[in-house]
Amino acid sequence: MKCHLGIDLGSTTTKAVVLDEAGQVLGRGITNSRSNYDVACEVAKTEALLDARFHLFQDTLAGVPDVTAHAQDFLSCLRNVFRYEQHVYLLRALEENCRAQAELRDDARSYLPALDRIFAGLRERAADLFAPGEKRRSDFFRDVAGSDYMAFAEKVAEELDLSFDRLLGLFDKSIIAVESHVPSSSLQETIERALSATLTEFPVTRRLKERLESAVLESIDISLVEVATVGTGYGRARLPFPRECIRSEILCHGLGAHATFPGTRTVLDIGGQDTKAIQIDAHGIVTSFQMNDRCAAGCGRYLGYIADEMNLGLHELGPLAMCGKKPVRINSTCTVFAGAELRDRLATGQRREDILAGLHRAIMLRAMSLLARSGGIEEEFTFTGGVAKNEAAVTALRQLVEDNYGQRTLNISADSVYTGALGAALFALRMGSGRERLALERATTGGAA
Amino acid sequence: MELREIVRECERLYEDLELGSVRRWKEQNAGGRAVGYLPTYVPREILHAAGVLPVGILGAGEQLEIVRGDACFQSYICHLPRSVMELGLSGRLDVLDGMIFPSTCDVIRNLSGIWKLQFPAKYARYFDVPQNFETAVGGAFYERVLRELVDDMGRLTGRPPKECELRRSIRLYNENRRLVRELYELRAREPWRVPASESYLVLRAGMVLPVEEHSQVLREYLDEARAADRKMVDNARVVVTGAFCEQPPITLIRTLERAGCYVVHDDFMLVLRWLGDEVDDSDDPIGALRAAYLGYDEETSSRYVPDGQAKGAKLVEAVRANGAEGVVFAAPSFCDPALLDRPMLQRACDEAGISHTAFKYSENTGQLQPIREQAGTFADTIKLWGEA
Amino acid sequence: MRTAIAREASMDRQKAMIADHFRELARAKEQGRKVVYTFVPGNLTELMLAFDVLPVHPEINALQSGMRKLSGEFIGEAERAGHSEDVCTYVKCDIGMMLKGNIGPTGEKLPEPDLLLLSYTGCFTFMKWFELLREKYRCPVAMLHVPYQADGEITPSMSTYVVQQLERDVIPKLQEVTGKSFDVDRLRELLACSARAEDDLVHVLESAKHRPSPIDAYFGGVYYIGPLFTAFRGTPEAADYYRLLREEVEARLEKGQGPVTPEGILDDERFRLVVEGPPNWTHFREFWKMFYDERAVVVASTYTKVGGVYDTGFRHDPARPLETLAEYCLGCYTNLSLPARVDMIVRYVQEYAADGFVINSIKSCNSFSAGQLVMLRDIEERTRRPGAFIETDLVDPRYFSASNVKNRLESYFQMLSQKQAVQA
Repeated sequence: MKCHLGIDLGSTTTKAVVLDEAGQVLGRGITNSRSNYDVACEVAKTEALLDARFHLFQDTLAGVPDVTAHAQDFLSCLRNVFRYEQHVYLLRALEENCRAQAELRDDARSYLPALDRIFAGLRERAADLFAPGEKRRSDFFRDVAGSDYMAFAEKVAEELDLSFDRLLGLFDKSIIAVESHVPSSSLQETIERALSATLTEFPVTRRLKERLESAVLESIDISLVEVATVGTGYGRARLPFPRECIRSEILCHGLGAHATFPGTRTVLDIGGQDTKAIQIDAHGIVTSFQMNDRCAAGCGRYLGYIADEMNLGLHELGPLAMCGKKPVRINSTCTVFAGAELRDRLATGQRREDILAGLHRAIMLRAMSLLARSGGIEEEFTFTGGVAKNEAAVTALRQLVEDNYGQRTLNISADSVYTGALGAALFALRMGSGRERLALERATTGGAA
Repeated sequence: MELREIVRECERLYEDLELGSVRRWKEQNAGGRAVGYLPTYVPREILHAAGVLPVGILGAGEQLEIVRGDACFQSYICHLPRSVMELGLSGRLDVLDGMIFPSTCDVIRNLSGIWKLQFPAKYARYFDVPQNFETAVGGAFYERVLRELVDDMGRLTGRPPKECELRRSIRLYNENRRLVRELYELRAREPWRVPASESYLVLRAGMVLPVEEHSQVLREYLDEARAADRKMVDNARVVVTGAFCEQPPITLIRTLERAGCYVVHDDFMLVLRWLGDEVDDSDDPIGALRAAYLGYDEETSSRYVPDGQAKGAKLVEAVRANGAEGVVFAAPSFCDPALLDRPMLQRACDEAGISHTAFKYSENTGQLQPIREQAGTFADTIKLWGEA
Repeated sequence: MRTAIAREASMDRQKAMIADHFRELARAKEQGRKVVYTFVPGNLTELMLAFDVLPVHPEINALQSGMRKLSGEFIGEAERAGHSEDVCTYVKCDIGMMLKGNIGPTGEKLPEPDLLLLSYTGCFTFMKWFELLREKYRCPVAMLHVPYQADGEITPSMSTYVVQQLERDVIPKLQEVTGKSFDVDRLRELLACSARAEDDLVHVLESAKHRPSPIDAYFGGVYYIGPLFTAFRGTPEAADYYRLLREEVEARLEKGQGPVTPEGILDDERFRLVVEGPPNWTHFREFWKMFYDERAVVVASTYTKVGGVYDTGFRHDPARPLETLAEYCLGCYTNLSLPARVDMIVRYVQEYAADGFVINSIKSCNSFSAGQLVMLRDIEERTRRPGAFIETDLVDPRYFSASNVKNRLESYFQMLSQKQAVQA
């Protein structure tokens, strides 16, 4: 099956989207690997292809009679078990690396047993983490394993009278190597293992099990052929793609938003490090844009600082802010002062919820300025990026848009973090089909009038 | 009126971004026009003589969320033009029939052009004051500028101001400036009677009230303040300088006071004092305004200091004359005039043995804690190490 | 795509002129020559040369320091001496250079001024700059207040004001400092010579109306304006230079060649742009490369008008020596109202057949920058061409983020080419 890939090297995460020949999304992948760009791309791509694989399973199963009723449940089980297998696999790699790191020092004798205990605990945790219905704090191995590792390490350090920092250091030194490990070669094996594990537990008849198994195995054999790949990403001195396969992230974002919501004419993207306001025409072509990439005020990173200051998870900020009754007026979203301003206000007795509500509004005010600079919101409007998942941010935005522009349709897609990668993939599709190349040739030789 | 009431009234005027008092004035004076002006100086007499209410526009302080204003100015421009644009674009300045932009700096200068682009149907005048102070040269140029303004007001109202009306206006504004001077003098002599945050509000009311009314407010406040039973505390006496255009929020002034400072002199809202209170009202009024401008050699960043005059001399004089013990250099962020002047003025203070401290603010500064600490430390230093 | 690197004779000539000038400056004191510091906008070179003084332009020193990667250090020095991070970086660079011994960009010491000619034209900061220098050098200052063309026109009163200041203040001070008397005939000679050079410059600038344009009116343009905007206007040397430049450009035009870039002649022009705003000096080459790599040629710019607007008909007129100097000062780009600036850019986009325009917003220059966002929208509306908005600085290296600028420019160019593709 021919497919087209778009990869978006963001500041904190790398995303990939796979499209089929008709331009339908086959799969999406995301990683927060801090490794070099090449590895991050590989990992994201693999994840996306894996996701595509699962979609293929779904399609295949849809064609098998009797099975359709159970297909959904089965696949989600399979996915979960697969994730578990992956996690266990990565845990093994992590353990190996940690032990290797520990052995570099003389006190290995004390620390190796500590590691034994920690990893035993982590393996037990894994089963719980991936039990059906469990919601994890994050889908990234680094986050999931990291927080648990810290918890176990703390306990073990105390019990065995060892240095907690040293144990943490072992993790820090090992995690990158683990993240860089691209699991493509073991994919087949892992799927098969997950498959058999899932089948064992799945409560259906043996006949049905056989049907499911053969359908999945059949599907695994379908090869996914990459016809074209386009990469995008902000401010990379060097993206790991040939020059003709790179598109600006502004254009990718515009096109991606257009593909998701064809009626949209304005796109607001608030990422980790920058904010973009983009105007597009009816074809998804960018007509103007404005960026704030000089300071973190109004970007996702700002929320990160606040979360750290308040000792909360990033995803907890929104819900808390929604409980604010009297939003506090925050005059500046300068991250340099974020901590001080917060402590100040908490000290004067202002409620956390009210302060957070005020902060969210302040961030969206910055976004509003940027939108105004780029030309305002004439019609339908799409909000993308990590911050778009934040309910309080969205609420503040809706209010501000209404106050300043009147009623506007506001689109938010659950998969909005993939907008850039989707746009890139669409460019790849055009490249693959030769349409774009043709149009560009005409443009430069024939020349516009 | 009782002191608290006076101040409360003035505070209400300060907070009213809708310019309700101007609207009411227009209702009561059918056909009356109101024209806004920005810092630092315009000859309000000329507007007044034509029956126009001059309205000082100092931005929106910390009270307004800025959306559209930010779309007009990059982040490395001071805050004042943003809030002025916000006020304009949100319709709050619709009650004004025009705007005057003095030649204070490049930002205000360019703002006059932006105003013309955004509001092409409204009267907008750039008011270029001379930097040459020779009567035959800068004076001649300035006379033309003044007469243009007179013609403008004539066109705006349909009745050009007569000479006798101009003289009368000069008289009224002289009186107002005299009262302002009295207030400054009282505060310098007995700062405990006139808290700076209070006097600020009373003075600021002069931005929106007709001059006659404002003079009355000043009279009443002065009477009340002289009689008020307020205790002196051991605060450090300081001169605040640099805040002649974008204003600090009132909370900042209060913060200085709470930190242990008596503000005995400042350069807030220079238009209230500029030209002094003895502008000649006996003969040619335009000539008088011109002569008074050329001869009024107070120092401020937007006014060139010619050869022969010592930069910073007026600041040092102000410190001595008001019995101050130190200078607080408070400048808006990104304010080229104030910030470029600062090192020169600081050196003048150093040579005169005057302590000083410096910080930046913006009209919507929410970060008062660092200023409180800094001002507090400064006040303490003065009290501990200052001369008797 | 690019033919081999061609060495322009005019470029060499211009470099030699500037190098000579700095050498003369280094010898000025020992030769008893008087030195006058002044500014590029509103520069009265002909008048100064009539008094045989040597002009020094601190702005030029600052930008040269920027191009030679010295400015960061100078700015740091000035900030340590108490200057704010918020203020004009030209000033800080100059102050820093002064604090470190006033060694100019060519490594030679710059002479101290005998007079500061404060041409207060189009920029408030100039006033503060020379107040600061006066404090340090303790020399006289001649203030020439050039009123702002707020309403898009020069009134008789404005012109008279400037002329009177020349008569009663500037010229007397020059006389006092040099011990020479004012020779109006000499001034007329110089003015006539200027007019000739100006004719040629305008020809060069307007050559960009052709397709392809034989010049880059921004990156190339800054070299072209050098002699006219600084110590040479009015001299036969400058007139010769501009004649040479014009001939070179006409030759390229005849061959249908594009502009000379550091990596050769660009002969496959793809995007035609108008640029508003000064260039960044610390990363000048890198910045230029972002344009020519994409085959973008700047066909007109406003920066090349800061030292005088000559493409709307004005020429220095020897018949009215002082009035013409006044008119020249009043017409400099940064002294024009915002509406007039917008009109100029719109006209350039139309007359030079531009695909779009770029605004390079300079952090520390309020005169240029305040209001550019409004200008951007206005120009887009009137020309129906897209504008790019990038943010850099004059000479503070901390404010040039290559990835930031490249990202915005690349996106802009891709946007333009997408538009072209759709229209095709």
